[in-house]
Amino acid sequence: MSKTLLKVESLKKTFGGVVATDDVSFDVQLNEIHAVIGPNGAGKTTLITQLFGEQLPDAGSVFFQGENITRLATNKRSAKGLARSFQITSVFFDFSVLDNVALAVQAHKGHSFKFWQAATTEIELRQAAMDALHKVKLDKRASMKASELSHGERRQLEIAMALATNPVFLLLDEPMAGMGAEESASMFGLLKSLKEQRAILLVEHDMDVVFGLADRISVLVYGRLIATGTPDEIRRNPQVREAYLGEE
Amino acid sequence: MSVQEIPKELESHLKPPLLFGSGRGRVLTIFIMVLLFALPMLAWGMGNQFYLDFSSRIVCLAIAAVSLNLILGYGGLVSFGHAAFVGIGAYAVGIPAYHGYESAWLHFPLAMFAAALFALVTGAISLRTKGVYFIMITMAFAQMAYYFFLSLEEYGGDDGMTLWDRSDFGFIDISNKLTFFMLAYVLLAVCICLTFKIVHSRFGMVLRGCNSNEARMKALGYNTYAYRLTAYVISGAMCGLAGALIGNLQDFVTTDTMTWTRSGELMFMVILGGAGSLFGPVLGAIVFLLLEEILSAYTIHWHLPFGAFLIFCVLFVKGGMNGLVTRDWITGSKQGEK
Repeated sequence: MSKTLLKVESLKKTFGGVVATDDVSFDVQLNEIHAVIGPNGAGKTTLITQLFGEQLPDAGSVFFQGENITRLATNKRSAKGLARSFQITSVFFDFSVLDNVALAVQAHKGHSFKFWQAATTEIELRQAAMDALHKVKLDKRASMKASELSHGERRQLEIAMALATNPVFLLLDEPMAGMGAEESASMFGLLKSLKEQRAILLVEHDMDVVFGLADRISVLVYGRLIATGTPDEIRRNPQVREAYLGEE
Repeated sequence: MSVQEIPKELESHLKPPLLFGSGRGRVLTIFIMVLLFALPMLAWGMGNQFYLDFSSRIVCLAIAAVSLNLILGYGGLVSFGHAAFVGIGAYAVGIPAYHGYESAWLHFPLAMFAAALFALVTGAISLRTKGVYFIMITMAFAQMAYYFFLSLEEYGGDDGMTLWDRSDFGFIDISNKLTFFMLAYVLLAVCICLTFKIVHSRFGMVLRGCNSNEARMKALGYNTYAYRLTAYVISGAMCGLAGALIGNLQDFVTTDTMTWTRSGELMFMVILGGAGSLFGPVLGAIVFLLLEEILSAYTIHWHLPFGAFLIFCVLFVKGGMNGLVTRDWITGSKQGEK
Protein backbone atom coordinates (compact mmCIF):
# COMPACT_ATOMS: atom_id res chain seq x y z
CA MET A 1 0.00 0.00 0.00
CA SER A 2 1.28 3.43 -0.83
CA LYS A 3 0.98 6.27 1.57
CA THR A 4 -1.99 8.63 1.47
CA LEU A 5 -0.86 12.26 1.52
CA LEU A 6 -4.11 14.08 1.00
CA LYS A 7 -7.59 12.88 1.82
CA VAL A 8 -10.72 14.86 1.07
CA GLU A 9 -14.03 13.85 2.64
CA SER A 10 -17.45 15.06 1.48
CA LEU A 11 -16.33 18.59 0.75
CA LYS A 12 -19.14 21.08 0.11
CA LYS A 13 -19.11 24.71 -0.97
CA THR A 14 -21.94 26.84 -2.26
CA PHE A 15 -22.02 30.43 -3.50
CA GLY A 16 -25.60 31.57 -3.08
CA GLY A 17 -27.59 29.10 -5.16
CA VAL A 18 -24.58 27.75 -7.04
CA VAL A 19 -23.11 24.52 -5.76
CA ALA A 20 -19.41 24.83 -6.57
CA THR A 21 -18.27 21.75 -4.69
CA ASP A 22 -20.85 19.06 -4.15
CA ASP A 23 -19.93 16.27 -1.76
CA VAL A 24 -16.45 15.71 -3.17
CA SER A 25 -14.30 12.90 -1.75
CA PHE A 26 -11.00 11.60 -3.07
CA ASP A 27 -7.42 10.97 -2.01
CA VAL A 28 -3.96 11.54 -3.41
CA GLN A 29 -1.10 9.09 -2.78
CA LEU A 30 2.60 9.71 -2.45
CA ASN A 31 4.41 9.64 -5.82
CA GLU A 32 1.14 10.18 -7.62
CA ILE A 33 -0.05 12.74 -10.13
CA HIS A 34 -3.75 13.02 -9.63
CA ALA A 35 -5.44 15.06 -12.35
CA VAL A 36 -8.77 16.81 -11.96
CA ILE A 37 -10.55 17.51 -15.21
CA GLY A 38 -13.92 18.90 -16.04
CA PRO A 39 -15.66 21.45 -18.26
CA ASN A 40 -15.34 25.18 -17.58
CA GLY A 41 -17.11 26.20 -14.42
CA ALA A 42 -16.99 22.68 -12.98
CA GLY A 43 -15.41 24.04 -9.79
CA LYS A 44 -11.81 22.92 -10.27
CA THR A 45 -10.17 26.14 -9.09
CA THR A 46 -12.67 26.45 -6.26
CA LEU A 47 -11.62 22.97 -5.17
CA ILE A 48 -7.96 24.01 -5.14
CA THR A 49 -8.65 27.15 -3.12
CA GLN A 50 -10.38 25.02 -0.49
CA LEU A 51 -7.51 22.57 -0.32
CA PHE A 52 -5.14 25.50 0.12
CA GLY A 53 -7.26 27.43 2.62
CA GLU A 54 -7.91 30.51 0.55
CA GLN A 55 -11.58 29.68 0.77
CA LEU A 56 -13.11 27.56 3.48
CA PRO A 57 -15.58 24.78 2.69
CA ASP A 58 -19.13 24.87 4.09
CA ALA A 59 -18.86 21.24 5.13
CA GLY A 60 -16.54 18.26 4.87
CA SER A 61 -12.89 17.77 5.81
CA VAL A 62 -9.43 17.88 4.34
CA PHE A 63 -6.69 15.72 5.80
CA PHE A 64 -3.02 16.20 4.99
CA GLN A 65 -0.65 13.46 6.15
CA GLY A 66 -3.33 12.32 8.56
CA GLU A 67 -3.90 15.73 10.09
CA ASN A 68 -7.15 17.65 9.76
CA ILE A 69 -6.29 20.90 8.00
CA THR A 70 -9.79 21.89 6.91
CA ARG A 71 -9.73 25.25 8.67
CA LEU A 72 -5.99 25.91 8.76
CA ALA A 73 -4.71 29.29 7.49
CA THR A 74 -3.04 29.32 4.07
CA ASN A 75 0.41 30.30 5.30
CA LYS A 76 0.36 27.42 7.81
CA ARG A 77 -0.57 24.94 5.08
CA SER A 78 2.45 26.17 3.18
CA ALA A 79 4.59 25.47 6.23
CA LYS A 80 3.26 21.90 6.26
CA GLY A 81 4.48 21.32 2.72
CA LEU A 82 1.65 22.32 0.44
CA ALA A 83 2.24 24.71 -2.44
CA ARG A 84 0.13 25.94 -5.29
CA SER A 85 0.51 27.62 -8.64
CA PHE A 86 -2.12 29.94 -10.02
CA GLN A 87 -4.17 29.62 -13.19
CA ILE A 88 -3.81 33.35 -13.79
CA THR A 89 -0.10 34.06 -13.33
CA SER A 90 0.39 35.46 -9.87
CA VAL A 91 3.96 36.61 -9.33
CA PHE A 92 5.69 39.81 -8.20
CA PHE A 93 5.84 41.63 -11.51
CA ASP A 94 8.01 44.50 -10.31
CA PHE A 95 10.64 42.12 -8.87
CA SER A 96 13.40 40.41 -10.81
CA VAL A 97 12.86 36.76 -11.69
CA LEU A 98 15.48 35.67 -9.19
CA ASP A 99 14.01 37.90 -6.46
CA ASN A 100 10.62 36.30 -7.08
CA VAL A 101 11.98 32.85 -6.41
CA ALA A 102 14.26 34.03 -3.59
CA LEU A 103 11.20 35.40 -1.83
CA ALA A 104 9.63 31.96 -2.10
CA VAL A 105 12.79 30.32 -0.72
CA GLN A 106 12.96 32.84 2.10
CA ALA A 107 9.48 31.88 3.31
CA HIS A 108 10.80 28.45 4.29
CA LYS A 109 14.38 29.16 5.32
CA GLY A 110 14.40 30.68 8.75
CA HIS A 111 12.25 33.64 9.75
CA SER A 112 12.03 36.95 7.95
CA PHE A 113 12.15 39.32 10.90
CA LYS A 114 15.66 40.23 9.87
CA PHE A 115 16.05 43.92 9.30
CA TRP A 116 19.73 44.42 8.52
CA GLN A 117 21.46 42.20 5.99
CA ALA A 118 20.44 42.82 2.40
CA ALA A 119 18.43 39.81 1.24
CA THR A 120 20.04 40.04 -2.20
CA THR A 121 23.41 39.19 -0.68
CA GLU A 122 22.32 36.03 1.15
CA ILE A 123 24.10 33.32 -0.77
CA GLU A 124 21.89 30.59 0.63
CA LEU A 125 18.71 32.24 -0.64
CA ARG A 126 20.15 33.10 -4.03
CA GLN A 127 21.59 29.63 -4.56
CA ALA A 128 18.37 27.83 -3.72
CA ALA A 129 16.44 30.24 -5.93
CA MET A 130 18.87 29.65 -8.78
CA ASP A 131 18.49 25.89 -8.37
CA ALA A 132 14.73 26.20 -8.69
CA LEU A 133 15.16 28.34 -11.81
CA HIS A 134 17.46 25.69 -13.27
CA LYS A 135 14.74 23.09 -12.80
CA VAL A 136 12.27 25.04 -14.90
CA LYS A 137 15.02 26.16 -17.32
CA LEU A 138 14.56 29.83 -16.53
CA ASP A 139 18.05 30.49 -15.15
CA LYS A 140 19.03 32.59 -18.18
CA ARG A 141 16.28 35.04 -17.28
CA ALA A 142 17.27 35.43 -13.63
CA SER A 143 17.99 39.15 -13.67
CA MET A 144 15.07 40.16 -15.87
CA LYS A 145 11.98 41.70 -14.37
CA ALA A 146 9.09 39.27 -14.09
CA SER A 147 6.94 41.69 -16.08
CA GLU A 148 9.32 41.35 -19.03
CA LEU A 149 8.90 37.58 -19.32
CA SER A 150 6.84 35.95 -22.06
CA HIS A 151 3.62 34.25 -21.09
CA GLY A 152 5.15 30.78 -21.15
CA GLU A 153 8.11 31.91 -19.07
CA ARG A 154 5.77 33.38 -16.48
CA ARG A 155 4.11 30.00 -16.21
CA GLN A 156 7.54 28.45 -15.61
CA LEU A 157 8.24 31.07 -12.96
CA GLU A 158 4.98 30.11 -11.26
CA ILE A 159 6.21 26.54 -10.97
CA ALA A 160 9.70 27.60 -9.85
CA MET A 161 8.18 29.62 -7.02
CA ALA A 162 5.98 26.75 -5.91
CA LEU A 163 9.01 24.42 -6.04
CA ALA A 164 11.20 26.82 -4.08
CA THR A 165 9.08 26.30 -0.98
CA ASN A 166 10.17 22.64 -0.99
CA PRO A 167 6.67 21.27 -1.09
CA VAL A 168 5.57 17.71 -0.49
CA PHE A 169 2.32 18.38 -2.26
CA LEU A 170 1.83 20.55 -5.31
CA LEU A 171 -1.50 22.00 -6.36
CA LEU A 172 -1.06 23.05 -9.97
CA ASP A 173 -3.83 25.07 -11.57
CA GLU A 174 -3.47 24.75 -15.34
CA PRO A 175 0.32 25.04 -15.46
CA MET A 176 0.38 24.63 -19.28
CA ALA A 177 -2.33 27.18 -20.07
CA GLY A 178 -1.26 29.26 -23.06
CA MET A 179 2.13 27.61 -23.44
CA GLY A 180 3.77 26.93 -26.80
CA ALA A 181 4.41 23.34 -27.92
CA GLU A 182 8.08 23.40 -26.98
CA GLU A 183 7.52 24.94 -23.54
CA SER A 184 4.70 22.51 -22.99
CA ALA A 185 6.93 19.55 -23.75
CA SER A 186 9.60 20.67 -21.33
CA MET A 187 7.00 21.30 -18.64
CA PHE A 188 5.64 17.83 -19.26
CA GLY A 189 9.03 16.31 -18.53
CA LEU A 190 9.47 18.49 -15.46
CA LEU A 191 6.13 17.54 -13.92
CA LYS A 192 6.85 13.89 -14.53
CA SER A 193 10.13 14.17 -12.64
CA LEU A 194 8.52 16.13 -9.81
CA LYS A 195 6.20 13.45 -8.55
CA GLU A 196 9.02 11.42 -7.00
CA GLN A 197 8.78 11.72 -3.21
CA ARG A 198 5.90 14.12 -3.72
CA ALA A 199 2.36 14.23 -4.97
CA ILE A 200 0.73 16.54 -7.45
CA LEU A 201 -2.87 17.55 -7.88
CA LEU A 202 -3.06 18.73 -11.46
CA VAL A 203 -5.86 20.75 -12.98
CA GLU A 204 -5.34 20.90 -16.72
CA HIS A 205 -7.34 21.33 -19.92
CA ASP A 206 -4.83 19.76 -22.29
CA MET A 207 -6.08 16.16 -22.50
CA ASP A 208 -2.83 14.83 -24.02
CA VAL A 209 -0.99 16.13 -20.99
CA VAL A 210 -3.53 14.80 -18.53
CA PHE A 211 -3.73 11.31 -19.98
CA GLY A 212 0.03 11.20 -20.52
CA LEU A 213 0.97 12.30 -17.03
CA ALA A 214 -1.70 11.34 -14.57
CA ASP A 215 -1.68 8.15 -12.54
CA ARG A 216 -5.30 8.71 -11.68
CA ILE A 217 -7.91 11.13 -12.97
CA SER A 218 -10.98 12.56 -11.27
CA VAL A 219 -13.75 14.08 -13.34
CA LEU A 220 -15.63 17.03 -11.92
CA VAL A 221 -18.92 18.14 -13.44
CA TYR A 222 -20.99 20.93 -11.86
CA GLY A 223 -19.12 20.53 -8.61
CA ARG A 224 -19.79 16.81 -8.42
CA LEU A 225 -17.15 14.12 -8.81
CA ILE A 226 -18.60 11.70 -11.34
CA ALA A 227 -15.65 9.34 -11.64
CA THR A 228 -12.14 8.62 -10.36
CA GLY A 229 -9.79 6.09 -11.90
CA THR A 230 -6.75 5.36 -14.02
CA PRO A 231 -6.56 7.05 -17.44
CA ASP A 232 -7.77 3.86 -19.09
CA GLU A 233 -10.75 3.51 -16.78
CA ILE A 234 -11.67 7.14 -17.34
CA ARG A 235 -11.34 6.79 -21.09
CA ARG A 236 -13.76 3.84 -21.02
CA ASN A 237 -16.21 5.34 -18.52
CA PRO A 238 -19.51 5.98 -20.37
CA GLN A 239 -20.61 8.66 -17.92
CA VAL A 240 -17.44 10.62 -18.49
CA ARG A 241 -17.71 10.30 -22.23
CA GLU A 242 -21.21 11.66 -22.10
CA ALA A 243 -20.50 14.51 -19.74
CA TYR A 244 -17.15 15.63 -20.87
CA LEU A 245 -15.14 13.92 -23.53
CA GLY A 246 -18.04 13.92 -25.97
CA GLU A 247 -19.70 11.09 -27.83
CA GLU A 248 -17.95 9.84 -30.91
CA MET B 1 25.94 26.37 2.95
CA SER B 2 29.00 25.96 5.10
CA VAL B 3 31.58 27.10 2.58
CA GLN B 4 31.26 30.76 1.76
CA GLU B 5 32.67 30.29 -1.68
CA ILE B 6 30.56 32.06 -4.24
CA PRO B 7 29.55 29.95 -7.24
CA LYS B 8 30.43 31.64 -10.51
CA GLU B 9 26.93 31.87 -11.89
CA LEU B 10 25.72 33.60 -8.73
CA GLU B 11 28.32 36.35 -8.72
CA SER B 12 26.29 38.74 -10.81
CA HIS B 13 23.22 38.12 -8.67
CA LEU B 14 24.75 38.97 -5.32
CA LYS B 15 25.12 42.70 -5.74
CA PRO B 16 24.56 44.64 -2.55
CA PRO B 17 22.03 47.46 -2.95
CA LEU B 18 23.35 51.02 -3.24
CA LEU B 19 22.23 53.69 -0.79
CA PHE B 20 22.13 56.47 -3.36
CA GLY B 21 20.93 54.29 -6.21
CA SER B 22 22.70 54.50 -9.54
CA GLY B 23 22.85 56.62 -12.67
CA ARG B 24 21.28 60.06 -12.76
CA GLY B 25 19.26 59.43 -9.62
CA ARG B 26 22.50 58.98 -7.71
CA VAL B 27 23.90 62.34 -8.79
CA LEU B 28 20.68 64.17 -8.01
CA THR B 29 20.24 62.53 -4.63
CA ILE B 30 23.72 63.37 -3.42
CA PHE B 31 23.40 66.90 -4.82
CA ILE B 32 20.12 67.51 -2.98
CA MET B 33 21.33 66.07 0.31
CA VAL B 34 24.45 68.26 0.17
CA LEU B 35 22.39 71.31 -0.79
CA LEU B 36 19.93 70.66 2.01
CA PHE B 37 22.83 70.84 4.43
CA ALA B 38 24.94 73.56 2.82
CA LEU B 39 22.33 76.18 1.95
CA PRO B 40 21.00 76.69 5.49
CA MET B 41 24.61 76.89 6.70
CA LEU B 42 25.27 79.58 4.15
CA ALA B 43 22.13 81.46 5.10
CA TRP B 44 23.08 81.27 8.76
CA GLY B 45 26.60 82.45 7.93
CA MET B 46 25.10 85.48 6.28
CA GLY B 47 23.01 86.12 9.34
CA ASN B 48 19.70 85.00 7.88
CA GLN B 49 17.98 83.02 10.64
CA PHE B 50 14.74 82.56 8.72
CA TYR B 51 16.12 80.15 6.19
CA LEU B 52 17.77 78.09 8.89
CA ASP B 53 14.44 77.67 10.66
CA PHE B 54 12.72 77.01 7.38
CA SER B 55 15.24 74.30 6.53
CA SER B 56 14.85 72.74 9.97
CA ARG B 57 11.14 72.53 9.26
CA ILE B 58 11.81 70.84 5.93
CA VAL B 59 14.13 68.31 7.56
CA CYS B 60 11.69 67.49 10.40
CA LEU B 61 8.79 66.97 8.01
CA ALA B 62 11.08 64.97 5.74
CA ILE B 63 11.63 62.52 8.61
CA ALA B 64 7.86 62.16 8.99
CA ALA B 65 7.52 61.67 5.23
CA VAL B 66 10.32 59.08 5.19
CA SER B 67 8.52 57.18 7.95
CA LEU B 68 5.24 57.27 6.02
CA ASN B 69 7.03 56.16 2.87
CA LEU B 70 8.10 52.94 4.57
CA ILE B 71 4.51 51.74 4.81
CA LEU B 72 2.91 53.72 1.98
CA GLY B 73 5.62 53.53 -0.64
CA TYR B 74 7.17 50.17 0.16
CA GLY B 75 4.33 48.48 2.01
CA GLY B 76 1.43 49.79 -0.07
CA LEU B 77 -0.48 50.75 3.07
CA VAL B 78 -2.12 54.12 2.56
CA SER B 79 -2.21 55.51 6.08
CA PHE B 80 -4.24 58.68 6.36
CA GLY B 81 -3.46 59.15 10.02
CA HIS B 82 0.24 59.74 10.22
CA ALA B 83 -0.12 63.21 11.70
CA ALA B 84 -1.30 61.49 14.88
CA PHE B 85 2.20 60.10 15.41
CA VAL B 86 3.67 63.56 14.89
CA GLY B 87 1.26 64.94 17.48
CA ILE B 88 1.97 62.17 19.97
CA GLY B 89 5.69 62.81 19.54
CA ALA B 90 5.22 66.51 20.15
CA TYR B 91 3.12 65.97 23.28
CA ALA B 92 5.74 63.49 24.54
CA VAL B 93 7.98 66.53 24.72
CA GLY B 94 5.38 69.04 25.91
CA ILE B 95 3.76 67.10 28.72
CA PRO B 96 6.93 66.01 30.59
CA ALA B 97 8.36 69.52 30.10
CA TYR B 98 5.21 70.97 31.68
CA HIS B 99 5.86 68.80 34.73
CA GLY B 100 9.47 69.89 34.88
CA TYR B 101 11.18 66.96 33.17
CA GLU B 102 13.42 68.57 30.58
CA SER B 103 15.73 65.74 29.54
CA ALA B 104 15.80 64.90 25.87
CA TRP B 105 16.81 61.39 26.87
CA LEU B 106 13.32 61.10 28.34
CA HIS B 107 11.45 63.08 25.65
CA PHE B 108 12.77 61.40 22.53
CA PRO B 109 12.54 57.74 23.64
CA LEU B 110 9.12 58.47 25.13
CA ALA B 111 7.97 60.04 21.85
CA MET B 112 9.07 57.00 19.88
CA PHE B 113 7.70 54.53 22.39
CA ALA B 114 4.31 56.24 22.72
CA ALA B 115 3.95 56.52 18.96
CA ALA B 116 4.98 52.88 18.52
CA LEU B 117 2.42 51.80 21.11
CA PHE B 118 -0.31 53.81 19.42
CA ALA B 119 0.74 52.25 16.10
CA LEU B 120 0.64 48.76 17.60
CA VAL B 121 -2.86 49.12 19.01
CA THR B 122 -4.44 50.98 16.09
CA GLY B 123 -2.46 49.02 13.50
CA ALA B 124 -3.58 45.70 14.95
CA ILE B 125 -7.16 46.75 14.22
CA SER B 126 -6.64 48.81 11.04
CA LEU B 127 -4.62 46.13 9.27
CA ARG B 128 -7.59 43.78 9.40
CA THR B 129 -9.13 46.03 6.75
CA LYS B 130 -8.01 46.73 3.19
CA GLY B 131 -7.95 49.55 0.67
CA VAL B 132 -10.35 52.40 1.25
CA TYR B 133 -11.41 50.98 4.62
CA PHE B 134 -7.81 51.07 5.79
CA ILE B 135 -7.53 54.71 4.76
CA MET B 136 -10.71 55.60 6.62
CA ILE B 137 -9.93 53.68 9.78
CA THR B 138 -6.40 55.10 10.13
CA MET B 139 -7.89 58.55 9.71
CA ALA B 140 -10.55 57.78 12.31
CA PHE B 141 -7.93 56.69 14.84
CA ALA B 142 -5.92 59.83 14.16
CA GLN B 143 -9.02 61.93 14.78
CA MET B 144 -9.58 60.10 18.06
CA ALA B 145 -6.06 60.99 19.13
CA TYR B 146 -6.66 64.57 17.99
CA TYR B 147 -9.79 64.97 20.11
CA PHE B 148 -8.13 63.23 23.03
CA PHE B 149 -5.35 65.82 23.18
CA LEU B 150 -7.81 68.60 22.44
CA SER B 151 -9.75 67.65 25.56
CA LEU B 152 -6.72 67.82 27.87
CA GLU B 153 -7.44 71.19 29.50
CA GLU B 154 -4.45 70.76 31.78
CA TYR B 155 -2.15 70.77 28.75
CA GLY B 156 -3.67 73.73 26.98
CA GLY B 157 -6.58 72.07 25.19
CA ASP B 158 -7.12 73.79 21.87
CA ASP B 159 -4.87 76.71 22.86
CA GLY B 160 -1.83 74.45 22.84
CA MET B 161 1.06 74.74 25.29
CA THR B 162 4.24 76.75 25.12
CA LEU B 163 7.58 75.00 25.54
CA TRP B 164 9.63 77.33 27.72
CA ASP B 165 12.78 75.33 27.15
CA ARG B 166 13.78 72.93 24.43
CA SER B 167 14.63 69.32 25.31
CA ASP B 168 17.91 69.12 27.20
CA PHE B 169 20.47 66.80 25.61
CA GLY B 170 23.20 67.67 28.10
CA PHE B 171 26.17 67.79 25.78
CA ILE B 172 24.50 69.83 23.04
CA ASP B 173 22.12 72.76 23.29
CA ILE B 174 19.34 72.57 20.73
CA SER B 175 17.91 75.96 21.65
CA ASN B 176 20.73 77.07 19.38
CA LYS B 177 19.06 77.10 15.96
CA LEU B 178 22.14 75.85 14.18
CA THR B 179 22.65 72.95 16.59
CA PHE B 180 19.00 72.05 16.22
CA PHE B 181 19.27 71.99 12.46
CA MET B 182 22.34 69.78 12.56
CA LEU B 183 20.69 67.37 14.98
CA ALA B 184 17.60 67.16 12.80
CA TYR B 185 19.72 66.63 9.70
CA VAL B 186 21.70 63.83 11.33
CA LEU B 187 18.48 62.17 12.50
CA LEU B 188 17.06 62.43 8.98
CA ALA B 189 20.20 60.76 7.64
CA VAL B 190 19.89 58.01 10.25
CA CYS B 191 16.22 57.44 9.38
CA ILE B 192 17.02 57.23 5.68
CA CYS B 193 19.84 54.75 6.32
CA LEU B 194 17.59 52.67 8.55
CA THR B 195 14.86 52.65 5.92
CA PHE B 196 17.46 51.67 3.33
CA LYS B 197 18.60 48.76 5.47
CA ILE B 198 15.07 47.67 6.25
CA VAL B 199 13.65 47.72 2.72
CA HIS B 200 16.50 45.63 1.34
CA SER B 201 16.55 43.13 4.19
CA ARG B 202 14.54 39.93 4.30
CA PHE B 203 11.86 41.85 6.16
CA GLY B 204 11.79 44.54 3.49
CA MET B 205 11.48 41.98 0.70
CA VAL B 206 8.48 40.54 2.47
CA LEU B 207 6.96 43.99 3.00
CA ARG B 208 7.39 44.85 -0.67
CA GLY B 209 6.10 41.45 -1.68
CA CYS B 210 2.91 42.07 0.32
CA ASN B 211 2.52 45.32 -1.58
CA SER B 212 3.04 43.66 -4.93
CA ASN B 213 0.87 40.58 -4.45
CA GLU B 214 -0.53 39.70 -1.05
CA ALA B 215 -2.36 36.56 -2.13
CA ARG B 216 0.87 35.12 -3.48
CA MET B 217 2.71 35.99 -0.27
CA LYS B 218 0.16 34.03 1.72
CA ALA B 219 0.45 31.15 -0.73
CA LEU B 220 4.21 31.16 -0.21
CA GLY B 221 3.63 30.77 3.51
CA TYR B 222 3.97 34.28 4.89
CA ASN B 223 1.85 35.61 7.70
CA THR B 224 1.44 38.93 5.92
CA TYR B 225 -0.45 40.54 8.79
CA ALA B 226 2.45 40.16 11.24
CA TYR B 227 4.95 41.70 8.85
CA ARG B 228 2.70 44.61 7.98
CA LEU B 229 1.97 45.32 11.61
CA THR B 230 5.69 45.34 12.42
CA ALA B 231 6.32 47.80 9.59
CA TYR B 232 3.46 49.96 10.84
CA VAL B 233 4.97 50.09 14.32
CA ILE B 234 8.46 50.95 13.00
CA SER B 235 6.95 53.69 10.86
CA GLY B 236 4.99 55.03 13.83
CA ALA B 237 8.05 55.17 16.05
CA MET B 238 10.03 57.00 13.39
CA CYS B 239 7.21 59.48 12.92
CA GLY B 240 7.06 59.99 16.69
CA LEU B 241 10.68 61.04 16.53
CA ALA B 242 9.78 63.61 13.88
CA GLY B 243 7.02 64.83 16.20
CA ALA B 244 9.43 65.34 19.11
CA LEU B 245 11.64 67.42 16.82
CA ILE B 246 8.73 69.45 15.48
CA GLY B 247 7.53 70.23 19.02
CA ASN B 248 10.97 71.55 19.85
CA LEU B 249 11.24 73.46 16.59
CA GLN B 250 7.96 75.31 17.17
CA ASP B 251 8.62 75.85 20.88
CA PHE B 252 4.94 75.19 21.03
CA VAL B 253 2.86 72.03 21.19
CA THR B 254 -0.64 72.05 19.78
CA THR B 255 -3.19 69.69 18.29
CA ASP B 256 -2.75 71.66 15.08
CA THR B 257 0.17 69.33 14.27
CA MET B 258 -2.18 66.34 14.20
CA THR B 259 -5.24 67.44 12.24
CA TRP B 260 -6.22 65.20 9.35
CA THR B 261 -5.09 67.82 6.82
CA ARG B 262 -1.56 67.37 8.16
CA SER B 263 -1.82 63.66 7.41
CA GLY B 264 -2.85 64.60 3.90
CA GLU B 265 0.14 66.90 3.55
CA LEU B 266 2.49 64.10 4.56
CA MET B 267 0.89 61.83 1.98
CA PHE B 268 1.36 64.50 -0.66
CA MET B 269 5.03 64.88 0.20
CA VAL B 270 5.55 61.16 -0.25
CA ILE B 271 3.58 60.90 -3.49
CA LEU B 272 4.98 64.16 -4.87
CA GLY B 273 8.54 63.05 -4.23
CA GLY B 274 8.06 59.47 -5.32
CA ALA B 275 6.47 56.78 -3.17
CA GLY B 276 8.69 53.75 -2.79
CA SER B 277 11.89 55.62 -3.54
CA LEU B 278 14.34 56.15 -0.70
CA PHE B 279 14.95 59.88 -1.08
CA GLY B 280 11.66 60.74 -2.76
CA PRO B 281 9.96 61.86 0.46
CA VAL B 282 12.85 64.27 1.19
CA LEU B 283 12.46 65.74 -2.27
CA GLY B 284 8.70 65.89 -1.72
CA ALA B 285 9.07 67.72 1.59
CA ILE B 286 11.42 70.27 0.03
CA VAL B 287 9.20 70.98 -2.97
CA PHE B 288 6.03 71.01 -0.88
CA LEU B 289 7.28 73.51 1.69
CA LEU B 290 9.09 75.68 -0.85
CA LEU B 291 5.97 75.98 -2.99
CA GLU B 292 3.83 76.70 0.02
CA GLU B 293 6.26 79.44 1.04
CA ILE B 294 6.59 80.99 -2.41
CA LEU B 295 2.91 80.85 -3.37
CA SER B 296 1.71 82.21 -0.05
CA ALA B 297 3.95 85.23 -0.53
CA TYR B 298 2.02 86.16 -3.68
CA THR B 299 -1.54 85.59 -2.64
CA ILE B 300 -3.59 84.56 0.35
CA HIS B 301 -5.48 82.24 -1.98
CA TRP B 302 -2.32 80.21 -2.53
CA HIS B 303 -4.11 76.95 -1.87
CA LEU B 304 -5.80 77.23 -5.25
CA PRO B 305 -2.72 77.14 -7.54
CA PHE B 306 -1.08 74.76 -5.09
CA GLY B 307 -3.98 72.33 -5.37
CA ALA B 308 -3.89 72.58 -9.15
CA PHE B 309 -0.19 71.77 -9.09
CA LEU B 310 -0.73 68.73 -6.88
CA ILE B 311 -3.50 67.42 -9.13
CA PHE B 312 -1.22 67.90 -12.14
CA CYS B 313 1.58 65.96 -10.42
CA VAL B 314 -0.64 63.07 -9.40
CA LEU B 315 -2.12 62.79 -12.89
CA PHE B 316 0.94 63.26 -15.04
CA VAL B 317 4.12 62.74 -13.07
CA LYS B 318 4.32 59.01 -12.55
CA GLY B 319 6.73 58.04 -9.79
CA GLY B 320 6.86 61.60 -8.45
CA MET B 321 9.85 63.96 -8.68
CA ASN B 322 12.16 61.01 -8.21
CA GLY B 323 10.54 59.23 -11.12
CA LEU B 324 11.16 62.22 -13.39
CA VAL B 325 14.88 61.91 -12.88
CA THR B 326 15.40 58.17 -12.77
CA ARG B 327 13.17 57.43 -15.74
CA ASP B 328 14.96 56.44 -18.87
CA TRP B 329 13.29 58.84 -21.30
CA ILE B 330 14.21 56.81 -24.35
CA THR B 331 12.91 53.38 -23.39
CA GLY B 332 10.43 54.68 -20.83
CA SER B 333 11.60 52.30 -18.12
CA LYS B 334 12.98 53.28 -14.77
CA GLN B 335 16.66 52.89 -14.13
CA GLY B 336 18.70 52.59 -10.96
CA GLU B 337 16.08 52.26 -8.25
CA LYS B 338 14.21 49.11 -7.67
